[in-house]
Amino acid sequence: MTAAGNKSPVKLPNEPEITPQIVAEHGLAPDEYQRVLDIMGRPPTMVELGIFSAMWSEHCSYKSSKVWLKKLPTRAPWVIQGPGENAGVIDIGDGQAAIFKMESHNHPSYIEPYQGAATGVGGIMRDVFTMGARPVANLNALRFGDPAHPKTRHLVSGVVAGIGGYGNCMGIPTVGGETNFHAAYNGNILVNAMTVGVARTDRIFYAAAAGIGNPLVYVGSKTGRDGIHGATMSSTEFNEDSESKRPTVQVGDPFVEKLLLEACLELMATDAIVAIQDMGAAGLTSSAFEMAAKGGLGVIVELDKVPMRETGMNPYELMLSESQERMLIVLKPGREDLARRIFEKWELDFAVIGHLTNTERMVLSWHGDIVGDIPIPPLVTEAPMYERPWTLTPLPAEIEASAVPAPTDLKASLLTLMGCPDLASKAWIWKQYDHLIMGNTAIRPQDGDAALVRVPGGHKGLAMTSDCTPRYVQAHPETGGRQAVAEAWRNITATGARPLAVTDNMNFGNPTKPEIMGQFAGAIMGMVEACTALDFPVVSGNVSLYNETEGRPILPTPTIGAVGVIDDIAKAVGSRLTKAGCALVLIGDTRGWLGQSLYLREICGREEGAPPPVDLAVERRNGDFVRGEIAGGRIAACHDLSDGGLLVGVAEMCLAGGTGALVTLPANIGAPHAFLYGEDQGRYVAATDDGQAFLAAAAAAGVPAILLGYAGGQALVVEGHLTLPLDELRAVHEAWLPTYMNSAT
Amino acid sequence: MKAAVLVFPGSNREGDVAQALELITGRRPAMVWHGDGDFEKTDLIVVPGGFSYGDYLRCGAMAAQSPVMAEVKRRAAQGVPVLGICNGFQIVTEAGLLPGVLMRNAHLKFVCSDVHLKVETSQSLFTNRYQAGQVIRVPVAHAEGNYFADADTLKALEDRGQIAFRYCAPDGTVDGPLGKQANPNGSINNIAGIFNETKTVLGLMPHPENAVEPMFGGTDGIGLFEGIVEALS
Repeated sequence: MTAAGNKSPVKLPNEPEITPQIVAEHGLAPDEYQRVLDIMGRPPTMVELGIFSAMWSEHCSYKSSKVWLKKLPTRAPWVIQGPGENAGVIDIGDGQAAIFKMESHNHPSYIEPYQGAATGVGGIMRDVFTMGARPVANLNALRFGDPAHPKTRHLVSGVVAGIGGYGNCMGIPTVGGETNFHAAYNGNILVNAMTVGVARTDRIFYAAAAGIGNPLVYVGSKTGRDGIHGATMSSTEFNEDSESKRPTVQVGDPFVEKLLLEACLELMATDAIVAIQDMGAAGLTSSAFEMAAKGGLGVIVELDKVPMRETGMNPYELMLSESQERMLIVLKPGREDLARRIFEKWELDFAVIGHLTNTERMVLSWHGDIVGDIPIPPLVTEAPMYERPWTLTPLPAEIEASAVPAPTDLKASLLTLMGCPDLASKAWIWKQYDHLIMGNTAIRPQDGDAALVRVPGGHKGLAMTSDCTPRYVQAHPETGGRQAVAEAWRNITATGARPLAVTDNMNFGNPTKPEIMGQFAGAIMGMVEACTALDFPVVSGNVSLYNETEGRPILPTPTIGAVGVIDDIAKAVGSRLTKAGCALVLIGDTRGWLGQSLYLREICGREEGAPPPVDLAVERRNGDFVRGEIAGGRIAACHDLSDGGLLVGVAEMCLAGGTGALVTLPANIGAPHAFLYGEDQGRYVAATDDGQAFLAAAAAAGVPAILLGYAGGQALVVEGHLTLPLDELRAVHEAWLPTYMNSAT
Repeated sequence: MKAAVLVFPGSNREGDVAQALELITGRRPAMVWHGDGDFEKTDLIVVPGGFSYGDYLRCGAMAAQSPVMAEVKRRAAQGVPVLGICNGFQIVTEAGLLPGVLMRNAHLKFVCSDVHLKVETSQSLFTNRYQAGQVIRVPVAHAEGNYFADADTLKALEDRGQIAFRYCAPDGTVDGPLGKQANPNGSINNIAGIFNETKTVLGLMPHPENAVEPMFGGTDGIGLFEGIVEALS
């Protein structure tokens, strides 16, 4: 078969004329459609229009965000592959690479929480194993609406079950993440899923096609009618009709994905693969397109050869279906039988559905007729890219500690905070995730600032975390962006691991509004500063815009997923306080910053003020010191201070390890409630055997540190202020989520 | 000791148990594909955890009909020890090697957590390294671990000492509210694992293979594997 050149393709029976209404339904603006006409030199067929619509959707093209994403630092000596592939790749030594990415599945999860979340997990795992890595861990960052909102309980229940249902069956441990609640997410929850995998550095697979005439192979599940136009759906705002979009949510089958994982890894151990790409958003369209475009080649796809789940499917549906658990592979010539045997062993579909050409065109055939013929380069180079107007959020006025009332009862205030939705134990969630399978989980959820997983077959550990404080980003996006990166870096540091790289999941509202675009721009500016200052490049990411319902945007949420490495996992520490008699040392300066603190929100009912500033030089200095002390074996447990401040941090260490603490407030600290609940950045609490030696080492390094007290007993005591038995603290901390989930709607 | 670990489509803890066996016996077990009804002779057969056949139809029901399980049944009848863990417990039960059934957890959710187990007897090749009444800590990870058997079967199991492990409080309490609280799935009589009549087949829901290294879940599972090695060497 040869390419059709610029001849008009055949029209299918019942194919409608392209009207302005059909164009609008495909999410293309009139000027964008004019570009389509200019590229094609004729009106497109329906399947061609569908392809432009998907490829130029916000989800696939990053048309509003690209100009900003380019500003992020993406290089470092240890970066093997930065953004632009299925996932980022970093060198972790010994010929091994960590491959990871975070991706959102927000809109589908709101419409159908179980399947939406499940297929989000399935999709991100495919992104990672497509590149040759066996996934070793999953994380997820979830943001739900107000617990009092009538839909929230149902969404939490469905999303958590969906994440567990998929990850548990795949046999990949789900080891970490975060969960927040805020009314701004009432109509638009966030489900951000991250997967980390490990591969050999000389066995990494990419998407760029090569070799004219090489066969294009389809493997995995059959194609059905699910998820058609998912990419376009997730690129628009929600309204009251969104419920009717349920059929655009994909349905996942983790069992098939498990088979696909094993089959792909088995094939990858041979030399048969030229290029491989999973079929994610925009399905066959984007996978075939990206493989050909990255290779500078053309492709012929014989759509009638695609394995179909239903009868009567047409080219439009086949190209735009987002059926799950499918991969597209370019094989070396003559390797078809070898590959077919592997996929048939795993009881998966295998079909040669086309081949590569030198035409730089994507040609679609259907029972011998050409039904689509699109030039590939202009669809990429002429893709819309917008420099949308943006207005930065001004920095709110600082709130002095003196303007924030002290609690009438310190104990009651601590119990309120430890039992509030954002700080309460999330055990109800993570106990539904298999976090132990593979036998490599060294730091479990709630036992450390980052999860820690052994790299199979050795002594190295990968530390991983996901972080964002949306209320800080809302108050001042630049500070919030900086803080999200710094906290991720700090969480990895607190285990003793070296932070290496970041994956970002940018969740924002409608980018055509200048203030929303300004939030995006501001967050990126802050992230650029922090990633640069901390040598913490961004290697992969995902953008989710239009997170609005009826015009109300979410809190701007640039979720930062991060990975670090520790060469000897036996030297890593968690945050569990287990050893009575250890000295507790506070590292970093405390001003008592209460603006945007959880104390201000939960105790005073105010969401106000400037968020705590992040001094990146101080952050680095303090973190490098802490990491060095952990490496030297001088820290038994370590916890960074973030939401809730010092007292909450110490309380969390006590609960995790089942050991109490006696804290003596130093002199000259100003208002105790600001000292105890302020959310100043760049701080850690470390437990150490020799407090005085530790303080001396800190002083020598120019790092502020003070002795807080000692571990021991079965109560959290702040001398002269508070005595709280751990059992009482634990009961409150652990009660909220199960009680909430079990109460009637 | 030579061990075989079965692999079904959807098995996912075969690597964990292979890793534990290798660590403790110094010998990598043979991995046996579900379609292989004629695998090499081994001293022990392990049916591992996972979601064989996607848990379609009923957990373990399809795997129980596979060619390899027909062979496992033949060898079990000859006295070759069989260890079924989690989904493997479901499979050997569906295959008729053990009585009873594993139902959906009482709270209907998947549960992954450390649990405490009371070792009911040391008189078996699987438990000879433990003391009767000893409490060990190992994790569970399942959605269908709620063991049930009718009253007659249950009585027979209890009378013949076929209960291997029960869920218990950290101090060993099995009865009363503490015992109930310690039961992660609603299992009858807090049963976590049972033997066949000859105590050559053990099925259990918890994962001793995930408790064999101090940093990665503790070491309380080691005794089970060491006991098997000792009994079979």
